[in-house]
Amino acid sequence: MRANCWAGRNEVEVRDVPDPTILNSRDAIVRITSTAICGSDLHLLDGYVPTMQDGDVMGHEFMGEVVGVGTGVDPARLRVGDRVVVPFPIACGACGACAAQLYSCCENSNPNAGIAEKMFGHPLAGMFGYAHLTGGFAGGQAQYARVPFADVGPLKIESDLTDEQVLFLSDILPTGYMGAEMCDIQPSDVVAVWGAGPVGQFAMDSARVLGAASVIAIDKEPYRLRMAEEAGHIPVNFEEVDVRSRLLELSGGRGPDKCIDAVGLEATHGSAHIQAFDRVKQAVRSETDRPHALRQAILSCRSGGIVSVIGVYGGVVDKFPAGAWMNRSLTLRTGQCHVQRYMAPLLRRIERGELDPTRVITHRLSLEEAPRGYDIFKNKQEDCEKVVLTP
Amino acid sequence: MDLTATTTVRRPVGEVYAFWRLLENLPTFMEHLDEVRTTDAKSSTWVASAPFDRKVEWEAVLIEDVVDERIGWRSAEEADVPNQGTVSFVLAPDGVSTEVHVHLAYEIGAGKLGKAVAKYFGEEPHQQLDDDLRRLKQVLETGEVVRSDGAPWGKRARKEFPQRPAQPLTADERREVLGV
Repeated sequence: MRANCWAGRNEVEVRDVPDPTILNSRDAIVRITSTAICGSDLHLLDGYVPTMQDGDVMGHEFMGEVVGVGTGVDPARLRVGDRVVVPFPIACGACGACAAQLYSCCENSNPNAGIAEKMFGHPLAGMFGYAHLTGGFAGGQAQYARVPFADVGPLKIESDLTDEQVLFLSDILPTGYMGAEMCDIQPSDVVAVWGAGPVGQFAMDSARVLGAASVIAIDKEPYRLRMAEEAGHIPVNFEEVDVRSRLLELSGGRGPDKCIDAVGLEATHGSAHIQAFDRVKQAVRSETDRPHALRQAILSCRSGGIVSVIGVYGGVVDKFPAGAWMNRSLTLRTGQCHVQRYMAPLLRRIERGELDPTRVITHRLSLEEAPRGYDIFKNKQEDCEKVVLTP
Repeated sequence: MDLTATTTVRRPVGEVYAFWRLLENLPTFMEHLDEVRTTDAKSSTWVASAPFDRKVEWEAVLIEDVVDERIGWRSAEEADVPNQGTVSFVLAPDGVSTEVHVHLAYEIGAGKLGKAVAKYFGEEPHQQLDDDLRRLKQVLETGEVVRSDGAPWGKRARKEFPQRPAQPLTADERREVLGV
């Protein structure tokens, strides 16, 4: 089959690779009908998330048709012919973490748990196309994928919704939603979201659906801010205005009640010398992540507020504003999304028209064009917000 | 050399005890063990892979067996590397899971064999036991050891990096890994 593979730093290549087969009894094989490029793929592309290898199949947002199941898959849950969206964390459904619905912390699905444990203290779940730290599972930017624990994760789509309407249930819609849900939103809340990429846009939409008084989008790309504004959110361009002052204006001087970091480890800072400080530290590996958005979210948040982090971090950061966090009674909440927890309820919100995931799609390409998709998404060319690939 | 490791398995104490008590099950999750054969009520033969593709075989004797609580064993007197172990099963505070506490002790001599064994365990001897318990948990909670494309070897996990790429196995690799 054809698959988009990591070919070294800042290089992906569509190659011929073997077709996937059943390796564990609860596997399914899915023929992929739609797949997408995620912002976190960019952190793998440039090597900021470690343990990538030449030939790794990329991609963790995909859906398609079940064409094979292992002997251990419960036929009441999944059969050949089913149309499914596949959640990016692989979860066994039986361990303590899964019992607590902390699916992205599944204790059994990562065969490289020992490596993850050394980096993070405790392991994290297996994930598709997301480096060897999360198990070394081939991803979904391909014609077919092997899906372990297929009777736990995949969501069957039995209505006539299009692929584009449901594809993002695999990651970015639940991730954005969890970002808003962790904010425990009250009707009086002003919610500020750092990053107007696809996850940020969905965090904004979710904050509104959950009843926020107003939602603010912080970014520097005019087309992304325009997209947020068209969806009813308030744009703030950090290259044009002082973010803290603008946020105070927009929140009656209190500061946003809830702040969401939908940026993560490769943030850009409006002030060149601070950007350079962190970029140099990253380059010499004395810091792995540039946490500008997180720092600013903590410093901006109203006392007693919640800072919710859904942007991806991979290692350690410098200058974490612990004083602001501690002295002003802030709550920090975070996590890789526990996608399985949100898929069915968010599908119902899509069916009811409360959320329209298709609004972020700007590019529809073939799988063969994946390298170009990465290029324009990474460099924010052609007003690229979200690329959907068709194998 | 003394090693301890602990894990929590979300299965009832009786089930976890019974699985371990059937010593033939140990090779399903212990990487270095190829086979355990029970020879009578208290004795068993253990076969392990040793460095340089050698096999080591020894007799073990059950020295303690408290149902749903504790199992203890030690190698018989003629073993090349005298060893003993105990495993305790404790109801976890959640009321449904079982804490598994393992203690292993090896008498590693100064001779050639002792050095080979020490090298086999490497700089982080506890890692192997930690990984063994991770696989015990996988087998009891999900039915089998989980495989990925990058690490498809199941219980024969390889510690070294790089692994194979995270892309589907060729037919030859599949035969090598799964035997089918």
